[in-house]
Amino acid sequence: MKALKNPALALLGLCLLGVALNFSVNAYIQLILLFAGVNCLMSMSLNLVNGYTGQFSLGHAGFMAIGAYFSAYASTRWSFAPPSLLIVQYFVFTLGAGLVAAAAGFLVGLPSLRLKGDYLAIVTLGFGEIIRVALLNMDFLGGPRGLSGIPGFGSFLWSFSFASLWIVICFFTIWRVMRSSHGRGFLSVREDEIAAEAMGVNTTRMKVKAFVLSSFFAGVAGALFAHFTNFINPSSFTFLQSVNAVIMVVLGGMGSMTGSIVAAIIITVLPEALRPLQELTGVDLRMVIYSLSLILMMILRPKGLFGDMELGDVWRKYVRRSA
Amino acid sequence: MQDFIQHLINGVSLGSIYALIALGYTMVYGILKMINFAHSDVYMVGAFAAYYFARWIGIENDPGLSTLLTLIVVSMICCSLLGLVIERLAYRPLRNSPKLNVLITAIGVSLFLEYSGQVVFGADPKVFPEVMKDFVIFNIGNVEVRSFDITVLAVGIVAMLALQFLLFKTKIGRAMRAVSANPMVASLMGVNPDRIIAFTFVVGSSLAGVGSVLVGMKYPKIDPLMGMMIGLKAFVAAVLGGIGNVGGAVIGAMIMGLSEEMVVAYLSSTYRDALAFGILIVILIFKPAGLLGKYSVEKV
Repeated sequence: MKALKNPALALLGLCLLGVALNFSVNAYIQLILLFAGVNCLMSMSLNLVNGYTGQFSLGHAGFMAIGAYFSAYASTRWSFAPPSLLIVQYFVFTLGAGLVAAAAGFLVGLPSLRLKGDYLAIVTLGFGEIIRVALLNMDFLGGPRGLSGIPGFGSFLWSFSFASLWIVICFFTIWRVMRSSHGRGFLSVREDEIAAEAMGVNTTRMKVKAFVLSSFFAGVAGALFAHFTNFINPSSFTFLQSVNAVIMVVLGGMGSMTGSIVAAIIITVLPEALRPLQELTGVDLRMVIYSLSLILMMILRPKGLFGDMELGDVWRKYVRRSA
Repeated sequence: MQDFIQHLINGVSLGSIYALIALGYTMVYGILKMINFAHSDVYMVGAFAAYYFARWIGIENDPGLSTLLTLIVVSMICCSLLGLVIERLAYRPLRNSPKLNVLITAIGVSLFLEYSGQVVFGADPKVFPEVMKDFVIFNIGNVEVRSFDITVLAVGIVAMLALQFLLFKTKIGRAMRAVSANPMVASLMGVNPDRIIAFTFVVGSSLAGVGSVLVGMKYPKIDPLMGMMIGLKAFVAAVLGGIGNVGGAVIGAMIMGLSEEMVVAYLSSTYRDALAFGILIVILIFKPAGLLGKYSVEKV
């Protein structure tokens, strides 16, 4: 659990894990792991809005799309770094993708965050769809054909380390923010908006801040997604992608960072792990099982895997005590 | 001008289909304060039920009004049973849990129906049997009034009037309104809220069944994912009119249907889906509770 407190250690640990995975598993599993990394970023960032700030957003895929398109467009058109420093260039583009998505998040959040509950959910859903349809109609971004030939990182090790870098940045940014006065502001908005306002918290501002930060990391996730798949088109970022992000947050437990990571990995791996079943029965039952387990989960364990506890708390509560 | 009137007719006909589905969303929201995402898939199942029934009985060979009515009734029965089962198994255990959990469950049920539909019915689109002949009933100048548009409109209006009668003139309608206003007080007055909620699901789902047969007649291609987009739009229509408000849902649906038809006619069909949400966002920003919804101020 020590690594959870030190960013450098965490990054080192993840890179070592990357080296180990580089030699131990095949390319198929490696790709799934990279997608798990993207989903980790998605769920952690959405957790900031849905879990900590209590604002229900259903348009996360839209920001992911903006990030993905920015980074894809930039890396196929522009180049400023020598080949040896290509990774720096990627970092700049990914950062740019995040910033563009954050700007979009600001524009979307400012009007819509005045709404509450289901209305907010439906407006964010609407913005997500509008972003997708707008991309569908932009010819310089390929329209419905999408963008192809997006350069990747070359090897799995580089991809995994790059994803790890962003996961660590995301995790510790949100972790530190949640333990600052901003974080307490976010929590107060979630717990009781009227009381928070009475105590002098500018609730709209808090919500917009959380939304912008969340969109930033969604944009980064989108950029990573674009570089990992080398091809994107608007139908990669549908309503279902947003729903998937919400499912990860709720499955992990609202307001649990480590919970969202664990849930992101489960949600990414589960459909792939059920693939042998498909060969066995001959029909594609994977998504049926997936959706059924979602319903059962909500009925039997409504607070998600971890509730609002972190991995460390769960460890102390269930494992160490029984030992 | 003639084009405009023609588009107007098409828009109203599309709007009345949206209205039938939007009513299901709005009724469930009014009584449970939840977005029933599975509603659009109940609609999909209704279309498939009608499709298989028509093939089983063999009535696809004699199109006419009686065929249409039979299929509507079959679809209504199947949909209401499905709605009842969903409510009993998935939503009732979560009656007192946080809203988000209910929402996720609804999404789960929706995904479950969509993917089981792909397994059971097959993912390829099926051609809905011809339930009625499409012919021009009369012309006004160059404007054609086709039998499909008239049928859709007529069935839609009858269904909505029946709903209006049910809600405001019958005992169970009064009970539904009471539960929607305050379930606690309603139960103290001798209304069983669980029963009324189940009945609401039955009514909403059977309206979706009516809608599914009308859509199957007008756009005869059905597949397990057909509910997604139309469901989303019907839901937007319900929110637009003020969710929980029956009249609002119809107005919202008409706005959606007309604006969609006009955009396709005068702008570009690719912007069709964006426009629906664009209207929604503009209206919600200026009128946060929808057109007819009442904005309630939270008191401490």
